[in-house]
Formats: sequence, C-alpha cells, structure tokens
Amino acid sequence: MAATLKPYLNAIRETLNAAICLQNFDSQNVERHNKPEVEVKSNKELLLTPIVISRNEREKVLIEGSINSLRISIAIKQADEIERILCHKFTRFMMMRAENFAILRRKQVEGYDISFLITNFHTEQMYKHKLVDFIIHFMEEIDKEINFLKLAVNSRARISAEEFLKNF
Amino acid sequence: MTDQSPRISIIKMTEVHDFGIAPVTCHTFDKNRTGLALSHNDSNVKIYKKSANKWQETDTLSEHGQRVTSIDWAPNSNRIVTCSADRNAFVWMLEDGKWKQVLVIPRINRAATFVRWSPKENKFAVASGSRLIAICYYDVENNWWLSHHIKKPIRSTVTCLDWHPNNVLIAAGSTDFKCRIFSAYRKEVDEKPGPSSWGSKMAFGALMAEFANGGGGWVHSVSFSASGNKVAWVGHDSSVSVVDSTKGNELLVIKDSFLPFMGITWITENSLVAAGYDCNPMLFSHTGGKLTLVGQLDQSQEKESGQISAMNRFKNLDKKATASETSTDLKTQHQNTITQVSVYSGTKADAGKIATSGVDGNLIIWDLKSLEKSIQGLKIS
Repeated sequence: MAATLKPYLNAIRETLNAAICLQNFDSQNVERHNKPEVEVKSNKELLLTPIVISRNEREKVLIEGSINSLRISIAIKQADEIERILCHKFTRFMMMRAENFAILRRKQVEGYDISFLITNFHTEQMYKHKLVDFIIHFMEEIDKEINFLKLAVNSRARISAEEFLKNF
Repeated sequence: MTDQSPRISIIKMTEVHDFGIAPVTCHTFDKNRTGLALSHNDSNVKIYKKSANKWQETDTLSEHGQRVTSIDWAPNSNRIVTCSADRNAFVWMLEDGKWKQVLVIPRINRAATFVRWSPKENKFAVASGSRLIAICYYDVENNWWLSHHIKKPIRSTVTCLDWHPNNVLIAAGSTDFKCRIFSAYRKEVDEKPGPSSWGSKMAFGALMAEFANGGGGWVHSVSFSASGNKVAWVGHDSSVSVVDSTKGNELLVIKDSFLPFMGITWITENSLVAAGYDCNPMLFSHTGGKLTLVGQLDQSQEKESGQISAMNRFKNLDKKATASETSTDLKTQHQNTITQVSVYSGTKADAGKIATSGVDGNLIIWDLKSLEKSIQGLKIS
C-alpha cells in the first residue's frame, strides 16, 4: 500500500514545483483588475494544460495552472460509507474556515473533495518550497486523520453497543 | 529600510544588498551606478544613493495609483520613466535636487507592463496589457508627450521590450508565445535609419520579424545583443531562444531541466545570462551555430550537516513539530524568484558586473570576471 504512496507524492511534488512559477499579471479583459486567471478563464492563452495525477480510481489530484495562479484539487480515499461521511465533515469544517488557511479554496472543484488556490500574492509572501511541502504534508496527514477518526467512531460504537446490550 | 550594509561573500564574487522582505519588482541604475531606483511591489518608486558601499534612501516618488511595473533611468539625460498597472507613465526630471514628474498618457486602457528609453533617449516605449506597444516622444510645440501605437499583429499582453542600438527597431515578447521585432521609426524625432540586418523598410509599426520557438511559453524577457544582430528571449516553457539575423534568422532553442527564466541579458556578443524561478543566474553561450548552457553563476556552498545538537532537536520539536533539521533557506543566494537581470558595469558588449533583483527583496551584484576565474568550466566567450 505505502509502496505506491511515495511515487504518487513525488510526482505531485515535482509537478507543483514546476507549476508554482507564478508572476503578477494584471487582467487584460477588465481595466485595473487583477484576478486569478485559473478562476476567470477568460483568456485561453494564459492557462496551462490541466494535469491529473492519480494513484487509483479514488485517489487523484487535479493541478490546473495559469500565469498568475494555480488550483490543486485533491480527491481523498473513501472506501466505505463512514469514510465518506467523515471526509465530507472534515473538509467542510476546514472550508468553512478557509480564510484562516490562506491558500484553501472555499468550495471544492466538482468531482474532488478539497481544493487549494495559490496565487502570485502567496508566492510573494511565502517560500515556494514550503508551500509545496505544506500540500504534500497535508496529503500525507489527511489519510491518517480519517483513518484515526474512523477507528475512533468504530470503537465508540462498539462500547455503546456493549453498554446497550448489557440490558438484555 | 533606509540603511543597508551589503553582505559581501567571502570570495567577493557577489555583493548582496538587502532591501527588506517585500519583493523588488524592478530596478534601474543611473549612468555612473551611484543612483538606484526600485519598486517594492507597490505604487511607490524609491530612489537610493550609494555612499560607502551602502544604498541610502534619498527620495520616494509616489504619484502612481497602482503597482509600479517597470522603471528605466536614462543614463545621459538623467530622466526616470516609470509605468504602472494604473495605465499611466511618468517622466521624472531632477530639478534643484527634487524629482519633478510629467504625466504621460500612453492612451492604453489596460495595465502598462514594461517601459524602456530608446538608446538616444528621445523616445520611450510602453508595453501594455491592451495588446499594444505605445511609442512616446516629446512634442515641443505642445509641451506634451505624444503616444503612437503599434498594434498589429499582437494578440495578447506584451510583457517585455528591448531597443535595438539603432534607436528604431524594438523587440517585444508577449503572452501569445511570440517574439516580434517592430520598427518604431518616428519621422518627427528620428533621422532616416540606414538598413539593418533585420530589413531595410522601416515604416512605423512595420513588423520586421516574428518568431515562435515551437513551444507554448509566455515570453518573459527579451534582449538585443550589443550589435543588434542577435535577439534572445526566454519563455515559460523553460526555454532560451536566440535568433541571429546575420545568418538568415537562424533560430536556436535550448531547453533543459531548469525552471523558467524571468530575465535575460547579453553580456558579450556571444554570451548571455538568464535568471528566474531557479533563483540562480545561468550562463549561456551562442557561438559557432550552437547555443549551450555553460554553467550556473551561483555555486552553493554545501552547509555543514551532521549530528544535530540536542538543543536544536528540541527547538525544532517545539517550533516546527519535527525532530529533523528543517532549514527554510534555499542553497542559492537569492531566496526567491529573480525578476530582473541588468548589466551593472560595462555594456552588453563587455559586461563586468551584472545585477539581479528578486522577490526575496535582495539585489545582488555579480562580478563576472572573478566568477569566471573561480568557477571551473565557466568560460565567457
């Protein structure tokens, strides 16, 4: 299992490293505006070809680049109903507090569980390699976190079931 | 920050001038390299004066309403031209020790991205997001800067410009992946130009040549060689391209495992320096019909790594929640993208030192001659 995780994360790291080459770019459609081109998508020459890196059919990453912004969307592994619920609750919790996470997008891209939007203003304030490290670290941790939550839910259910069945 | 003492590296090959944490978007020097104008990614232009190897802030030019995108200091007439995302340009002149501005309206309706004085300093060119280049010159009768547009066949934002030494031709790179050479001949200010290697018919706005390197990269920077016979540009597809007009516009492209470059300049007739997202200036040579990567100018000194001390271990555990040594520093001298490369001493025909400025707020001056001596295999042809 873990044997495929490393090359998967390495591929994402290298792609992000090349894709987070962003520059300040003023809108050529709207006067005096400066917008993330990957979101407005008004000039197709300013967009890069989107890349999907997938580990299996359930775990994949979509990286969409542009001249001044980059969007990375992550599909998190969800094997069963509990994992699906946990993942939904967990990502919802974070996305409702997106402004505290700086690069988190408020809404995920269709078909994925969570999205990040990195603009040139982020790369001016933060180290690029640390941004990449953060995303890779996030991907490593989210699986662990959901597994941990799932175990906690299961053991709690077991205890409450035991307590309940003591009555009979 | 008003007072910086440069961090001179042990071997004296580079001089690092730190201007704080804000990115240095663009910089320019005056003729004798004692004056420096730069912008910190905001609407102000800061003027510095060199005293005892330190840059002392002397003035702030704050007339622009939005981020300043480009500055150029005319060496002989001692005028500064600035342009900004607010679509305007200003020409600044030093009168009684004060910088006085004249507003130039290039008649563009999107952000101005780049500005450069022509070699004779009688006109300047403004690149813009409205898919055109504005050539501006001073009209004495009306006491006003006039602007004329070069529009066709530009299809996207013009990102960079460079003047040919004959004061007429101009190279422009844009985000439609192409590098073009236009004529910017104005009969009002220019005498009739002689034929050049790029062609002899030079009506205003005429497209002399158009190049695409086959990739799909936004052009970030373009440079004419000192003779004006060669033009080089760098694109977002991590390429360096050179066209030699004396050899029938022969196009050479080099792509390697480096990240894209943001700036390029010729340092001799056969050598170029490009720098960008790798934070490391690289030397290229263009000789004998070949374009080759010679080497990197920033040879990192490996930091001594070994046993991590117990104190550092617990410090890291406390601050970063990890026991291993996690250094945030890059191995290069620039800690973030280099945005501009310029010749500091000498000319494009024979540069002694070059200057680079970056998003990390540093301006580094590289001594090419001593770098050439100390780095094995680095030969400037």
